[in-house]
Amino acid sequence: METFGIWLAALLTIGIISFLYKDNVLYKACESIFVGISAGYWFITYYWDNLYRKFYLGVTDMDNPHRFFLWIAFALGVMMLTRLIGKIGWLSRWPLAFIVGATAGLYMMTYFVSNAFVQVGATIKLPPDFGSVGSYISFGMIALGTFSGLVYFFFSKEHKGVFGGTAKLGIWFLMVTFGASFGYTVMSRMSLMLGRLDFLFGEWLGMIN
Amino acid sequence: MLNRVLLLCLALVWTVSVSVTAQDVAEGGIDTLSLPLPAPAQNVVAANHVYDDGEVIDVNWDKSPDDPENILGYIVYRAETDGAFDSIRTLLPGETFFSDDNVEDEIPYKYQIGVIGENGVSLSGESELAVATWELFNFGMWNTFLWMFVFCGSVIGFIISAKSGRKLYIRKIGGLEALEEAVGRATEMGRPILFIPGILDMDDVQTLAAITILGKVARVVADYDSKIRMPVSRSLVLTAARETIKESYTSAGRPDGYNEDMVQYVTDEQFGYVAAVNGIMVREKPATCLYLGAFFAESLILAETGNSIGAIQIAGTARPGQLPFFVAACDYTLIGEELFAASAYLSEDPKQLGSLKGQDVGKVIAMFGLLVGTAAMTLSVAWQVPATQWILDLMNNLFTTN
Repeated sequence: METFGIWLAALLTIGIISFLYKDNVLYKACESIFVGISAGYWFITYYWDNLYRKFYLGVTDMDNPHRFFLWIAFALGVMMLTRLIGKIGWLSRWPLAFIVGATAGLYMMTYFVSNAFVQVGATIKLPPDFGSVGSYISFGMIALGTFSGLVYFFFSKEHKGVFGGTAKLGIWFLMVTFGASFGYTVMSRMSLMLGRLDFLFGEWLGMIN
Repeated sequence: MLNRVLLLCLALVWTVSVSVTAQDVAEGGIDTLSLPLPAPAQNVVAANHVYDDGEVIDVNWDKSPDDPENILGYIVYRAETDGAFDSIRTLLPGETFFSDDNVEDEIPYKYQIGVIGENGVSLSGESELAVATWELFNFGMWNTFLWMFVFCGSVIGFIISAKSGRKLYIRKIGGLEALEEAVGRATEMGRPILFIPGILDMDDVQTLAAITILGKVARVVADYDSKIRMPVSRSLVLTAARETIKESYTSAGRPDGYNEDMVQYVTDEQFGYVAAVNGIMVREKPATCLYLGAFFAESLILAETGNSIGAIQIAGTARPGQLPFFVAACDYTLIGEELFAASAYLSEDPKQLGSLKGQDVGKVIAMFGLLVGTAAMTLSVAWQVPATQWILDLMNNLFTTN
């Protein structure tokens, strides 16, 4: 059975990789298998995780003081399904609005503190090794990069003159950062590819010990 | 460091092997050797940890005069009002603080600190009783409240201003002007437009921005009588996208042109979705590919496939890790907040415009803080200008969370 599994995984891997050559029957088959199995997998996962574990076990647990709240979630879920019934289909917008609103409210403070507020304080602070020439450059670059980046993302003024020049500097900082990030991620993708090749030539063909 | 770890290990072994409570120690049960015990810790103070939900008591003490040379560590003992002391934690030499997060609210506790020497434990005096209580407001976060007040006030103010009919200026965003051109190109070539709204659900703000832009794109598609294709990986996105496209077709006066199959659910699985989208790309060869929303590892795969079929590509995401790939492989990229700005710009919705302008106020404050803070810090460190200290203190108070 294990051998069958290895053969199946190898053929599916080759099928997906064959897309690099061109679209073909093997790729189409692998794509359909992947999409079908994953859709089914997620259906089952959602059923057991949400409907059974969270809802059913939750509402039948008499020791759970919050079990009645689960009925609200259930009602919102049912309202989503009203979309299938033409006349009351508008009800499906309510759970959507609830999700969007609740998430926005929940994340507002966290995002504001971690993405904006604390960043300003951290930029002003000196690096731990401050005093060396390198640390002076580092401190200056962080401050300049953050400031010019903010100028680039300022939408209430056109990028002209000194303001435009600072914004241009900001986009340079962004592009250099993107370049470094690109190289780093490409290397991590290479390791993923090596992992697959290792499977094909090692576990499947036995050419690598 | 190694010495400290070894000392801690020794302290732990010693604590376990002796295995007695503080009461035993007080009765003289341990100190049977001739060498003197270390000097005890002084001034043990236990107090409620402020601004929490009543689950923590903070204990402070003054170090033993024998710390660190002649001690192995500290033991924190705890007791209820009339109960016996129990050891609850062993700490390294040098420590003078412990947060006890294993207490029940409204129950008074007292503490004692034991100093571990090679020949036994010397005990400090008992602390006063302390009770963990919860507080409704965290006044230590006054600065966060202040900025949130300024920020939200600005947003609300600008929304009211926009609703009253005042024209709010937003600079042109590169890539947006290419949007109509890209739809026109697809129409001329008789090929569809592929719209990918990322792989996150409707609870992600990037997906919301993408759906707003979809409304504008669908309107242009309806006007040009072109075709739009939108595979999605989330059921809620499917619902929202169908609703949006239907509305755009209706507002364009072409409700009959709308077809539910324009939006198609594929799978929630990330790479299953990618495999299907790649298949759609190479088979239907869309003239324009729009990737707007939250993307992860699939960004480069999608953009590369789109590039290989010669499609004009416009991308936008606020995920910094994926932006490099879009910048490299697409014709236009909306970087970070530009995605949200584009959404506001295209929708002309007062709420979105007001929100964007309010965020600009926040950026002005941040820029001002950075300028003043870095200048003061530089003057203070490089030239020791004493007058800058109060500015640094002010900045610290304004931009540091407690």
